[in-house]
Amino acid sequence: MRTVRLRHAADFPEWRDAARMLLLGGVAPHEVDWRLGEEGLFAEEPAPRATASPPVTPLPRVPPSFLELAEAVICHSDPARFELLYRMIARLQVDRQLLSDRMDRDVVAARRLEKAVRRDAHKMTAFLRFREVPAEGARRRFVAWFEPDHHIVGRTAPFFARRFADMDWMILTPKGSASLTDGALRVSEAPAQKPDLADPTDALWLTYYRNIFNPARLKVKAMMAEMPKKYWANLPEAALIPDLIAQAPARVAAMAEQAARRPPAFHDRIQARAPAEPLPPMEGLAGLRAEARGCTRCPLHCQATQTVFGEGPEHASLMFLGEQPGDEEDLEGRPFVGPAGRILDDTMRQAGLDRSAAYVTNAVKHFKYELRGKRRIHQSPSSGEVEQCRWWLDREMALIRPKLVVAMGRTAVSALTGKVPKLADLRGRLHALDAGRAMIVTVHPSYLLRLPDARARGREAIRFREDLEAARDWLSSPTSSPAR
Amino acid sequence: MQRTLTERLAILSDAAKYDASCASSGTEKRDSARSGGLGSTEGSGICHAYAPDGRCISLLKILLTNFCIYDCAYCINRSSSNVARARFTAEEVIWLTLEFYRRNYIEGLFLSSGIIRSSDHTMEQMVRVARELRTTHGFRGYIHLKTIPEASPALIEEAGLYADRLSINIEMPTDAGLASLAPEKRPAGIRRAMAGLRTKIEEMGEPTLRTKARRRFAPAGQSTQVIVGADAASDATILSTSGRLYGSYGLRRVYYSGFSPIPDASSRLPPQKPPLMREHRLYQADWLFRFYGFGIEEITAARPDGMLDLDLDPKLAWALAHRERFPVDVNRAPREMLLRVPGFGVKVVQAILAARRHRRVRLEDLGRLRVSLRKVRPFIATADWTPLRLIDRLDLGALFRPAPEQMALL
Repeated sequence: MRTVRLRHAADFPEWRDAARMLLLGGVAPHEVDWRLGEEGLFAEEPAPRATASPPVTPLPRVPPSFLELAEAVICHSDPARFELLYRMIARLQVDRQLLSDRMDRDVVAARRLEKAVRRDAHKMTAFLRFREVPAEGARRRFVAWFEPDHHIVGRTAPFFARRFADMDWMILTPKGSASLTDGALRVSEAPAQKPDLADPTDALWLTYYRNIFNPARLKVKAMMAEMPKKYWANLPEAALIPDLIAQAPARVAAMAEQAARRPPAFHDRIQARAPAEPLPPMEGLAGLRAEARGCTRCPLHCQATQTVFGEGPEHASLMFLGEQPGDEEDLEGRPFVGPAGRILDDTMRQAGLDRSAAYVTNAVKHFKYELRGKRRIHQSPSSGEVEQCRWWLDREMALIRPKLVVAMGRTAVSALTGKVPKLADLRGRLHALDAGRAMIVTVHPSYLLRLPDARARGREAIRFREDLEAARDWLSSPTSSPAR
Repeated sequence: MQRTLTERLAILSDAAKYDASCASSGTEKRDSARSGGLGSTEGSGICHAYAPDGRCISLLKILLTNFCIYDCAYCINRSSSNVARARFTAEEVIWLTLEFYRRNYIEGLFLSSGIIRSSDHTMEQMVRVARELRTTHGFRGYIHLKTIPEASPALIEEAGLYADRLSINIEMPTDAGLASLAPEKRPAGIRRAMAGLRTKIEEMGEPTLRTKARRRFAPAGQSTQVIVGADAASDATILSTSGRLYGSYGLRRVYYSGFSPIPDASSRLPPQKPPLMREHRLYQADWLFRFYGFGIEEITAARPDGMLDLDLDPKLAWALAHRERFPVDVNRAPREMLLRVPGFGVKVVQAILAARRHRRVRLEDLGRLRVSLRKVRPFIATADWTPLRLIDRLDLGALFRPAPEQMALL
């Protein structure tokens, strides 16, 4: 049995040096007796020298994840931590993957210690309270007293240095202290004495604590799980807890018994204010758009963000009609601004059409979707929804009176004609609508997005462009009249 | 007569406590060691205290004022309520935030306000507090600003520049519910504002073409709150609203706040508060949706009234209704199925997947991970355990329900 005395309770480099030498000396884990004390390394026996026998591997290596684990575990107050870590280091020399076996006894034990240390450090960042003390220089000065379970002062001090950089502070604990003075961080392992501290601002904090508590929902166990009693001694607000709990039932009962009172005078004044003068109804397209904003003709309005109304000049001779807004259109409130809109824009440009001169709209004005995980997936509108929304489309048609409508996709065609056609039968030709208007049928640009095969996509993009070119040619011919 | 700062702090924190959110997590990393100033944020939030209501106190959660021109029935600050009224100046809020922060009471500020005069006026006051904290005082702690849906885009943009998180509460799960209890609020306006926030958050999160730098806009995203039990909406309705909000606006969190009795309550409210357990079950269901791959309908399909079982957690309830999917072979099942085992959390599943490469998992291995064997045993098979007929027992559900309480003699 070899006794190793470590000088520091949680000094990872000190332990690592000792472990490295033991490992090089081929000392088996069960042969080491780890002790904490003053006399220093290997006091009771000469330090093991790295000799040629037993067979020496090059310097022992460990995965970086072990270093991270060990740096936490070493801070635990369990005296068996050194032995556990040394045993793991020895095992890691044979089995590099040891740490990924999360059910291994040693790994489980080490992870548990690590978790306790992390929790203790986290609670220190949470429950430590600074009290202001008189300062000598320009920087304000604060002192805190905290009682951690483990040797975490050195590990946690940098957090406070990052956070409280513009003041001087000192943290005192039975397991060491830390201070920041003029930006210089110092940490010591020497136990400190509990100072006598008082800060008048604590009274405001207690006022806040008392009032943010809701007596109608007492959940003492939930509080105790996160803020166990061992921390209460150093939390100024904890002194309030017993009374807050004791008075809660009476406060709730008082609320229930309170008779309804007359509203205060200012409520009557607000209510008496004349409702804002209703705006004069707007004319034309702007009026129609304003009216459609509040549309509740079908249930889709509850699911979607907003009505996405058509957009373009009031007397455009060319209208583009799609199916319904998609995700981006729904968020922005404008038609064809998403991926399909970008295809439409590009193709219009290639076909020599000016989007700003055309009126662009959809057969259904609200986005219909189903949730798949956290994503909204487009869902085709039902014939009933198309029918309800035709109310708006008819008004748009009547107001804008386009000479030609480019119907993109099946829903657009059926909204215009009331029939459910096969797209391929109508595509690329001109069709007469009533009132001397013409319709040209093509695919919806999102169809191009859905094609998985790049060659097919290229082919279809050309056809789509040709359809738009046909629309352009028809519009610019002097004798444009719908073909039969 | 002017009230003292302490009196106003009492009124304006009491007025803020019905907002459940107190999170300070999920924002960018910053600290004051290099840049000067005061404060830091390091990813995970810190709860600096817990109140006996079980809620964490992470932020100084106060209202700028509890005067309000709206008359929302569920709200303690509605215009028809007789609660004491008060207001802070922007300077007072800033002073309280900084002094509380220096003493390590808090992670930062969650500022909200009653609507006074107009939406823009109110929003302007709140943005001023955030702006001065950041620019004049170099405050690097967490700031959460309540956002007023009708405020002008320029103000919202400035709010996002200084705040870590922005939130707009939808309060009622349905448009009809909002119309009946909060007549001044506009559900469509709330949705539009949330859509605007999502668009801004995503747009600013993209690196710019020239400098590749990301611009700053609410790095901790947006959240919202739904009040549970103030109207007749079922859990299924509430959860489908949440699902829609997560999907549509990329919310980080939907908070569920069990409607709670308030002083001088409106007669338009139900006399009974919902059980606290209902709120808890909704949070569990929300977690299943966000981290366990459950669809909303799967969680709420079990009961015809659309309510979650108060006695059973929703995952267990789902498993009992889908016994044909069990037992799950812990040594073979894919991650998605392991996540559906009642009693396995995300971390346990990760550990199982990693350990499977080293060993055939046995019951005692799971015990070492601190899994409740009593709970998982009927639903799993391991190298040394098959539940035989346990999964078919008709009374399996009863094994998990709380023991019936014996009636006492009067």
